[in-house]
Amino acid sequence: MEKYYGWGLPIDISTHGPEIDRLIYVIHIFMALLFIGWFSFLVLALFKFRARPGHRATYKLDHFKTPTYLEVGIALFEALLLVGFSFPLVHKVRNVFPDESQALQVRVVAEQFAWNVHYPGGDGIFGKTDIHKITPANSVGLDEKDPNAHDDIVTINQLHIPVNRPVITRLSSKDVIHSFGIPVMRIKQDVIPGQVIPVWFEAKKTGNFEIACAQLCGLGHYRMRGFFTVETEEEFTKWFVSQPPFVALPLPPVDQSIVPSPPQGEREG
Amino acid sequence: MTHTDEHPLPFWRKYVFSTDHKVIGIQYAVTGLSFLLFGFGLMMLMRWQLAYPGQPLPFIGHLFHEKAMVMGIMLPEFYNQLGAMHGTIMVFLGVVPLAVGGFGNYLVPLQIGAPDMAFPKLNMMSYWVYFLGGVTMFASFFLPEGAAQSGWTSYSPLANIATTGQTVWLVGMIFLITSSLLGSVNFIVTIVQLRADGLSFFRFPFFVWAQFVTSFLLLLAFPPLEAAGVLQLMDRLAHTSFFMPSGLVVAGKVLEVSGGGNPLLWQHLFWFLAHPEVYVLILPAMGIVTEILACNTRKPIYGYKAMVYSVIFIGFMSFIVWAHHMFLTSMGTKMSAFFQITTMIISIPSVVILTALALSLWGGSIRFNTPTLFAIAFLPMFGIGGLTGLPLGLVASDIHLHDTYYVIGHFHYVVAPGTIFALFAGIYHWFPKVTGRKMSEFLGKLHFWPSLIFTNGVFMPMFLLGLAGVSRRLYDPIQYAHAQPTQPLNVFISICAWCLGLSQIPFILNFFGSLLWGKKVDKNPWEATTLEWAAPSPPPHGNFEHLPEVYRGPYEYSVPGQRHDFWPQHMKEEN
Amino acid sequence: MCKHSKQASCFNMIRYISKPHPITGVTNAKLGTWCFLASEVMLFGGLFSAYVLLRTGAPAWPRGAEILNVPLATFNTLVLITSSVTMVMSWASLAMKEFANYRRYMGLTILLGLAFLVVKGFEYGHKFQHHHFPSTDTFYAVYFTLTGLHGLHVVGGVLLNTYFLFPGSALWKTEPEQFAGRIECAGLYWHFVDLVWIFLFPVLYLL
Repeated sequence: MEKYYGWGLPIDISTHGPEIDRLIYVIHIFMALLFIGWFSFLVLALFKFRARPGHRATYKLDHFKTPTYLEVGIALFEALLLVGFSFPLVHKVRNVFPDESQALQVRVVAEQFAWNVHYPGGDGIFGKTDIHKITPANSVGLDEKDPNAHDDIVTINQLHIPVNRPVITRLSSKDVIHSFGIPVMRIKQDVIPGQVIPVWFEAKKTGNFEIACAQLCGLGHYRMRGFFTVETEEEFTKWFVSQPPFVALPLPPVDQSIVPSPPQGEREG
Repeated sequence: MTHTDEHPLPFWRKYVFSTDHKVIGIQYAVTGLSFLLFGFGLMMLMRWQLAYPGQPLPFIGHLFHEKAMVMGIMLPEFYNQLGAMHGTIMVFLGVVPLAVGGFGNYLVPLQIGAPDMAFPKLNMMSYWVYFLGGVTMFASFFLPEGAAQSGWTSYSPLANIATTGQTVWLVGMIFLITSSLLGSVNFIVTIVQLRADGLSFFRFPFFVWAQFVTSFLLLLAFPPLEAAGVLQLMDRLAHTSFFMPSGLVVAGKVLEVSGGGNPLLWQHLFWFLAHPEVYVLILPAMGIVTEILACNTRKPIYGYKAMVYSVIFIGFMSFIVWAHHMFLTSMGTKMSAFFQITTMIISIPSVVILTALALSLWGGSIRFNTPTLFAIAFLPMFGIGGLTGLPLGLVASDIHLHDTYYVIGHFHYVVAPGTIFALFAGIYHWFPKVTGRKMSEFLGKLHFWPSLIFTNGVFMPMFLLGLAGVSRRLYDPIQYAHAQPTQPLNVFISICAWCLGLSQIPFILNFFGSLLWGKKVDKNPWEATTLEWAAPSPPPHGNFEHLPEVYRGPYEYSVPGQRHDFWPQHMKEEN
Repeated sequence: MCKHSKQASCFNMIRYISKPHPITGVTNAKLGTWCFLASEVMLFGGLFSAYVLLRTGAPAWPRGAEILNVPLATFNTLVLITSSVTMVMSWASLAMKEFANYRRYMGLTILLGLAFLVVKGFEYGHKFQHHHFPSTDTFYAVYFTLTGLHGLHVVGGVLLNTYFLFPGSALWKTEPEQFAGRIECAGLYWHFVDLVWIFLFPVLYLL
């Protein structure tokens, strides 16, 4: 069984994950080099210039050139990190969305303390929702009068996606700010009430992972754990069709002869 | 010989409602240190729950009210209260009052050769308003549903629908902000107007520059938070919807508010203050470290002018980086590019200051007394804190690291082994000036070494936790599968935290013991050059018999051709 | 002998209380007032920014004139502007050593400030009568909060001026320069309060 999590970065199953991980490594190597170099200088100076009999401090030293070159170098490197790494990656993640016809569309409605996952069903159209229709059994408030809503599928804390297919997730919140984070996908997006925020990602490995809430949302913040399953297209389709749709197919008609009719008086009103 | 007042003041007016900046400085320092200890205690409680989630707290667990702990087992509401109040208390009631209200108030008039602050009565008022704010915050723990529990950041809508503790938090914040504003006006006017003759701006000790820029940050950055606090109070009490969008459903019920508000409005107003606030936390510390290093290396600070320009530049820049705390709030790429750029730029002057301080050691004659040990330790610790800000300041890496323990590690390195070490250094360094006695070197080193080791033990593993993706503010860290492998680190961190607490005992003993039995010293035991050392230890009311005149810069140590290796600023002839 | 004052020693002598600093050209109180006003600019700036964010993000926002009483507010604007003029006159009277005139003008300033508050009271009362509260919608929330906070600042100014009209004016006999300086600072504050209204009025009522 492959180890997903440990002391440090979790496994990466995201198509844009390697670039993020590369940036994290590059920055940390840079940080380590800077710190080791600078710290070595510090220790040397502390030893070389410790107070001792006969040793006197030097009032005026010549200007050091190295630190200036170092500072300029740091500034240039930061500029490189920005322009060469962060800007293009953020642009890709935030702006370059996959083709809607290819991607799996899903809505995730966060609440205290669960992730409601809403799939549009076979017709590919999300049914209308209304906050006044929210009940424990209908956590996203689907409107049964909208025919598009009938085949929609809503799960609680179960996000299944097919592997190697882009997914566009539209995030919204019912109550407070949450944050939709999937560590193995290297994605995180704050979910702001009053907004619908799209996020896209594509998984390249199957497995069972988790969604974590990454913004304090109340007493249950610590247990706002969603289950994120990446599976093959076949497994995904199998799972999908096994989920109960919002409105079940109509029941067979009831035999009217056995239904008692209301008493005479009441019918007159 | 000191001049005595014609009409001696009664005890009440001399030591309690005093307008003397030194008394007020001590009041701020003692109150600040007490809140630091209290805030630290809150964290030690949290660390139990983090290391051993769901286990009853031994020995003292049963002392807590059942709304906080049931049979010694911490409840999520109490954990969240501890978290929110630990942050609030450490920042607003602990570090800033000690660094600015304590050190700043006491030392700035002395270092500029003034008899007091420009507005002594305003100074007194700012302390008592701070005290009132502190009492308010402390009292909030005793509300029926406890203190604020929405983080020190109090994001709406969570803070809007939170318990009464949040309202009391807002009232407390308004007191604290008011105190801060009164204080900052005082500092600016005092520094500009009351400096001694001959004390030009570029002859200021760097500590004065640091306090000067800090005061501008406090003056200009706090009001938007005050505005935000008023708006959140209006939301909570008058049921407005500044931060509440329409269509909210809380616990299954549609929320009856007018709607149309924006949660991000709170974040913008909050962070507009809170980013400059972190520079308020660090600049006085840099000032203290500079003073101590100059004195204990026996040579002028390297790159003093560069440091001054850098600190002014930091002041300006700190107002235009705030949204790097909001990178994941769906801001557009143009806005995030702007804030990434300004965030990268602001790292440069910090690097300049740190480098100048490190280079100041070169060519010196370094005395390793307790203040110097803490001041030197500040440098690499602040370095780690600053460096770890880099992956957070770039959006692409921040996506993974935002709101994880990486952030907690980053800012604690800057504030805890950073600022707080500098504050300790300052206490050891200026204790002789304030009390006329020196603190014990032995106890000082016994305080320093374990503190250094354990503080690294607490915060270094947090970077690993953060890289693993473990979120902040989790009452129970092992509910998530990705957080379970790092749980041994949590245990290690907690043990180090408790040991860090124990390591403060030598300091507390030293502090009080030295008041009674410390070695008596005269006015300049460290042989320093700045003006506060020209006054008696402790200085009398009015500080100087004659207002000093200044003839040179603040760090004329080891001037060639002189008998002594220090040349005080106020001394006309050679030393 | 202290060269900064006429006292025997420099002891406890805070300089530039009455006389301006030779380089900055201002007294301590004046510099302090400017600093304080800078922070007030940031306070109202924060509130105005909140208004801009909320209004630009709203799908619909009423025009101020549809909901608020523009003629009444115009009158109030003139009241405040006049009070700024009388405030200057009260300070100028002190410069000309005419204490009686100072009292008249200061009294007028206070009365005009109170008049402003009374008119505001009528405006608020009218709104409350028609069940329009801050909680009604975001427009009202912004209106009440911004004008309310401004109103509190007017109250503060009225209290300050009243203090300087009655008990505080005793300082004129012992330290006339310092007293005149205080009135100048009070004037700066009062002008600022007026200036905030000059921004509030068009933004809330006319746009």
